[in-house]
Amino acid sequence: MTTLTMAKALNEGMRKAMEEDPKVLIMGEDVGKLGGVFRVTDGLQKDFGEQRVIDTPLAESGIIGTAIGLALRGYRPVCEIQFDGFVFPAADQIITQLAKMPLRSLGKLKLPVVVRIPCGGGIGAVEHHSESPETYFTHTAGLRVMTCSNPADAYTMLRQAIRCDDPVIFFEPKRRYWDKAEVDVESADWPPFDQARVVRPGTDVTLLAYGPMVKTCLEAAKAAEEDGRSLEVVDLRSLNPLDVPRIVESVRRTGRCVVVHEAPVFTGFGAEIAARVTEECFYHLESPVLRVGGPSTPYPPSRLEDHYLPDLDRVLHAVDRAFAF
Amino acid sequence: MTADGSRGTEAPPELVQLLTPEGERIEHPDYPLDLSPEEVRALYRDLVLVRRVDMEAVALQRQGELGLWASLLGQEAAQIGSGRAMADTDMAFPTYREHGVAWCRGVDPVNLLGLFRGVNHGGWDPAEHNFHLYTIVIGSQTLHAVGYAMGIQRDGAEAATLVYFGDGATSQGDVNESFIWASVFNAPVVFFCQNNQWAISEPLEKQTRIPLYRRASGFGFPGVRVDGNDVFACLAVTRKALADARSGGGPVLIEAFTYRMGAHTTSDDPTRYRVAAELEAWKLKDPIERVRAYLFKNQLADQEFFDAIDAEADELGRDVRKRCLALPDPEPMAIFEHVYAERHPLIDAERAEFAAYLEGFEG
Repeated sequence: MTTLTMAKALNEGMRKAMEEDPKVLIMGEDVGKLGGVFRVTDGLQKDFGEQRVIDTPLAESGIIGTAIGLALRGYRPVCEIQFDGFVFPAADQIITQLAKMPLRSLGKLKLPVVVRIPCGGGIGAVEHHSESPETYFTHTAGLRVMTCSNPADAYTMLRQAIRCDDPVIFFEPKRRYWDKAEVDVESADWPPFDQARVVRPGTDVTLLAYGPMVKTCLEAAKAAEEDGRSLEVVDLRSLNPLDVPRIVESVRRTGRCVVVHEAPVFTGFGAEIAARVTEECFYHLESPVLRVGGPSTPYPPSRLEDHYLPDLDRVLHAVDRAFAF
Repeated sequence: MTADGSRGTEAPPELVQLLTPEGERIEHPDYPLDLSPEEVRALYRDLVLVRRVDMEAVALQRQGELGLWASLLGQEAAQIGSGRAMADTDMAFPTYREHGVAWCRGVDPVNLLGLFRGVNHGGWDPAEHNFHLYTIVIGSQTLHAVGYAMGIQRDGAEAATLVYFGDGATSQGDVNESFIWASVFNAPVVFFCQNNQWAISEPLEKQTRIPLYRRASGFGFPGVRVDGNDVFACLAVTRKALADARSGGGPVLIEAFTYRMGAHTTSDDPTRYRVAAELEAWKLKDPIERVRAYLFKNQLADQEFFDAIDAEADELGRDVRKRCLALPDPEPMAIFEHVYAERHPLIDAERAEFAAYLEGFEG
C-alpha cells in the first residue's frame, strides 16, 4: 500500500499500463514536458519517449481523430482533453466515429481508446473549465463512461479502461486530484469496473453519487448520523453501463433515493436513474426519487460556484424533503 | 471563374497530364510512366467495369432496391489511377464514393451496395483489403488516416496511407487539422482530393479562393494538381507521392481536377444548380474514351478486345444486380450486435426484452 493523491494514482496507472503493453500511448496537449496542466502525466515522456507520450497540436478533434487511426493500427491511445468544456470540438469524432466504428465494421474493428477528461467545478476556474458533460456521452451508444471518486479507484479503473477493448470516456473530478488515500498498486485483484459500490452502508435513504459528489455525500451522511438518520452512499463508478441491480437492491432496502451530481438536473444523468428506480422499485418507495444538481444555467463565474455546486446542506435538504413525504 | 458554364473547364497550366483527352501520350519530367500494353489494357478494363457497377447501382436505386447511391461517374480515372498506385501494405481511407478504389482493393461491389441498401453500415473487413470503411461525415477519415500513418511510423513499417476526400471537405476543420498533424509529425500519408467541382449544390468558389493543391504549401508540404480524368497521370502522381511518403518524405496533397458527371447522390437534382454547357464540356474529357482512343491509335487493342470488355462489364452488372437483390435483410436481433466489444449489461437486458417482445407474436 502506498499513499497517493488521485493525480499521482492516475499517473501510476498509466505508467504501469505503458510498462506492461508497448502499444499503450499517451497523447494530448501539454502531456509531455509539462506533464499535463494538472501534472497527471508528469514524467511519462521522460521515461517512455516522445513516440509514446505525444505532445499534440492544439486541436481536440485532431487528438481523437488521430487516436482512432492509431487504434486501427493496433495501438491503445490514452487521450487527455485538457478540460471538460474543451471536449466539444472533439465531440464529432467521439460520437460519430469513435463510438460507432466497431459497429460499422460488424465487430471486425476494435477501438480501445481512452479519453481522459478532467471534469467538474470547485477550483475557481474561468468559463469552460468546470463543466460536467457526462450525459452527452452516456447517451451515445458504443461508449463506456466511467468516473472515479478516490485515488484507489482512479488507479484501478484507469488500468481497466486502458485494457478494455471498447472506447472509454474517463471523467476525473479535478477538485479531487489532490485528495490522498492508500492505493495498492501491486495487487491486480480489481473489482469489475462497471460495478457500483456501497461506500457507506445505511438504512434510511440511498444517496446515489459519482465523481466529485461522492465525497460530498459521505460528508452529508456523517452529518445526518447526528440527526439519527442513516444514509447509504453508493458510488456509481460506471455511468454506462449503469449498475442497475446494485442501485435497485439499495433503494428497495432503504425506500428512499436521492441522486446527486454537479451537472444541471434537467435531462441530466439523474433523470435516467430516477426513471429506472421508479420502474424497478415503485412499491418499495416511501417518497419520489429526488435529484440534487446544478440549475439549468451555464456554469456560473467562479465567485458564484459555491452556490451552484451541490454541497452538504443541499444534499441534507433533499434528504429532509424525502422524509417529508 | 464565371457562371457561364466555362468554370472548371479550362485546364490550368499547373495541371499534370500524361494523356490528352484525344488520347495523345505526353511526357512530364517529374512523372515518368512506363506502362506495358497489358497494363494499359488492365487500366481500361478497370475503368469500364467500375463504371458499369456504378451504372447498375444507379439503376437499382431508381428501381427502389437501394435507399441511396453516390455515383462515381466521371471520377473513374482519379479512383483507378490512385487505387492502382497503392502497394499491398498501403492503407486506403475512403469517403462514400470510392467505389473504384474499393474495386482496386478487391472489395466485392455487392458489399458496397449493402450499405446503400440498408443491410449494414459496411460489410467488408478493412484489414483484409487494406481499405477502410466508408465514412459519411465529411472529412472525418482524414484524421484517421493520419493517425494510422503515425502508427506505421511507430511500427517502422514501409507503408503509407492514402486518404480520399472531396473539394467540399477541404472546408472542414478536421481536414485542416489532419494537414497540420501530418505535417508536424511528417506522417506517411497522401491526401487525395477529388475536386469534382461541386459539394452537392455548392460550387468550388464557395470553398476556396485559391487552387486547392496550393493549400498544402501553407501547411508545409507539397501539393500537386493532376488531371483527374487522366488515369495515367493519376497513377504516376500517386505512385510517386506514396513512394515519397513511404521513404520518410512526409505528406503530399494531390488535387485530382475532375468533374462529377452525375448527381451528388441519387437524392440530388443537379439541373437546379448547374448549366448543361458545363456538363457537355466535361463529356469531352471522359476518362474512359481517352484511354480507348490511346489503345486504338497505338494499335494496342482491337475491336475484339473492346467487345470482350463490354461483355464482361454486362455480365458483371447482371451479377451485381442478382446478388444485390439476394442480400437478405438482417435478423431483427442484429440491432444489438457489435455495439460493444466487451459484455455490456444494458445491451444484454434490452436484447432479452426485445427477444421476449418478438416471441409474443409467435404461435
